Amino acid sequence: MVNRSLEVLVGFFICLGIAAIFVLTFRVASLDTVGSGTDTYRITGQFQNIGGLKQGSAVTLAGVRIGRVTQISIDPHTFQATVHMTIDRQYDNLPEDSSASILTAGLLGEQYIGLTPGGMPEPLTDGSELMLTQSALVLENLIGQFLSNMATQQE
Amino acid sequence: MNTLLTTLTAVFAGIGRAQFFLINVLAALPAALTRPRILAQQVHSVGVMSLIIVVLSGSFVGMVLALQGFRTLVRFGAEESLGVFVALVIVRELGPVVTALLVAGRAGSALAAEIGLMKATDQLSAMEMMATDPLKRVIAPRFLAMLISMPLLSAIFSVMAIGIAGGHAVGVSLLGVDDGSYWGQIRASVEVQDIVDSLIKSTLFGFAVAWIAVYQGYHAAPTSEGVSRATTSTVVLSSLAILALDFVLTAFMFR
Repeated sequence: MVNRSLEVLVGFFICLGIAAIFVLTFRVASLDTVGSGTDTYRITGQFQNIGGLKQGSAVTLAGVRIGRVTQISIDPHTFQATVHMTIDRQYDNLPEDSSASILTAGLLGEQYIGLTPGGMPEPLTDGSELMLTQSALVLENLIGQFLSNMATQQE
Repeated sequence: MNTLLTTLTAVFAGIGRAQFFLINVLAALPAALTRPRILAQQVHSVGVMSLIIVVLSGSFVGMVLALQGFRTLVRFGAEESLGVFVALVIVRELGPVVTALLVAGRAGSALAAEIGLMKATDQLSAMEMMATDPLKRVIAPRFLAMLISMPLLSAIFSVMAIGIAGGHAVGVSLLGVDDGSYWGQIRASVEVQDIVDSLIKSTLFGFAVAWIAVYQGYHAAPTSEGVSRATTSTVVLSSLAILALDFVLTAFMFR
């Protein structure tokens, strides 16, 4: 009888531990698989300055997450940053002349790519490059611009 | 000079002996799986008996983190990020580390004392006389039980610290952080990789604590003083090993 209650306790403990692991993965971590599954296509874009964009950053359309940044490299000819993104296959009808800009969530939040759809009838396909891109806002440049404007106004 | 040399030799000999001992224990591990009853008994004394202290400490650590974090975050108007703060600190660091320290103190010392006393009272030799390998019958099940219990306890600790008994209780009920943004922010920032890293960490801590406890007990001087020394050095060495290992693992995992 003593042995039986011991087995029950051990079984209870193991189940509790496994339940805790499940709670951690499903309740605490986001099983957000948008853009990381196999059913995706890749596009690239060249940016003057990517600011704080990172591998794994979100790619959004109208604020909805549709993909993620997979790789960031430097183009050896143009010296610009080439950002590789994967987009979920279900959004395969984005116009070819869609533009990408690097935006910031909140004032100091994480940076992400926002896509703005264009008007051409042909859709983006695997491997296409975004023609129109807008760099990240760098706060220092902005302040510099502001100060030089102030200086010219006072003259 | 001479004494220094002797001490150094003794330290190296100890490390070397611990390696050989580990290999022997690992070789005996499959045998532990063929005796599920003994293994269950050890999981009970290592895991189940540590449950209460882990649950209570988890809750209190979570509460303290929420209080401290709130004070700082509110200065930046970022108190909605309290959940992320608590969750990341707990999952990445405090969950595995504090659990391992608690288990080292609660169960590791008990393991070393038990094995040391078995040796001091010649129980281990008696087993060998009966052609039962004490490594398979006594050491391996305890080692395996520690290895199984540690990640489970760490996961329970983390859930308690983040959840309704810990950080959530203080943050949401006491300090008035919005319930939805508490969980929402956590989900947006904690990734599955963090949870996996946390479990890897605690499993390796379990390995270290089990190795040290079992070695200290098995190689304790067969006197009452030897047993007490084995117990003390188990707690001291495992705590140091956990913290040093944590540094190395963190450097690897969160580059």
